[in-house]
Amino acid sequence: MTTPVEQERTQPEAVGEEIAAEDRPWQTVVWNDPVNLMSYVTYVFQKLFGFSRDKATKLMLDVHHKGKAIVTSGTKDKVEADVAKLHAAGLWATMQRAS
Amino acid sequence: MKRWIRDGDVVVGRLDRQEAAVVRGLVSQIQDMLLARAEETPQDELAELTGIRTGPSEAPDDPILGRLLPDFHRLDDDAPDPDEVNSASALRSLHEPELLDHKTGAAEVVLKTCSPDGGEIRLTIPEAEAWMASLNDVRLALGTALDVTEDMPDELPPEDPRSPHLGVYHWLTWVQDTLVEAMMP
Repeated sequence: MTTPVEQERTQPEAVGEEIAAEDRPWQTVVWNDPVNLMSYVTYVFQKLFGFSRDKATKLMLDVHHKGKAIVTSGTKDKVEADVAKLHAAGLWATMQRAS
Repeated sequence: MKRWIRDGDVVVGRLDRQEAAVVRGLVSQIQDMLLARAEETPQDELAELTGIRTGPSEAPDDPILGRLLPDFHRLDDDAPDPDEVNSASALRSLHEPELLDHKTGAAEVVLKTCSPDGGEIRLTIPEAEAWMASLNDVRLALGTALDVTEDMPDELPPEDPRSPHLGVYHWLTWVQDTLVEAMMP
């Protein structure tokens, strides 16, 4: 397969940006929503990621008050798996590159 | 319904007949929606041979299914990043079949353990986790349909068409919350 758009990107600056982007880790973001219970979100963080009650509660409160929290980070595969687990639990999670 | 109680490796609750009918009715409806979504993407012979299933690449149009099956990236409503749109499609296609299995499986556990006659419910820990996830899916669906906000009052004005359904939503919230409390390590 060829993608002309990709070929146009092979300018020196663009390549530099690509490399920098590759180096940045991925992040799992959980977003606030009006339905999920605070107790349940705390439970899910403890259960899925093995966090202490304190850490899980702090992240849950960040989601609640700030609208989102980064709950895990790492390789794309790890973060992708974490997002899939959060979706199975019914939380609103997405993945992004660290900025 | 009394609150759930943890007794060693068992979680015990009780629903009366009417409560059991509400739980079973709502869980069945969500399960049917999810099964219909799964059937939209028939698996071909190659998938059966390899065991690698692919789901749809497009997010559901229905807002309830959209909430139950979210995208892997937060896409800007007005100007989504094309790379993220492509990535979200690929990740959905890869993960959605398993997510649908998980959710319909959790619903099945509720239907299997909640007698239509009501009465005592005795759950193993994995079954209790399936109940939590399934009750959460039902609340997400109702919350989306009722346009629930964070400061939702206990009751809406009687003329609000959502008013009769809000009581069920709040009751399910309580049932789920006491189950989480019983399960909290």
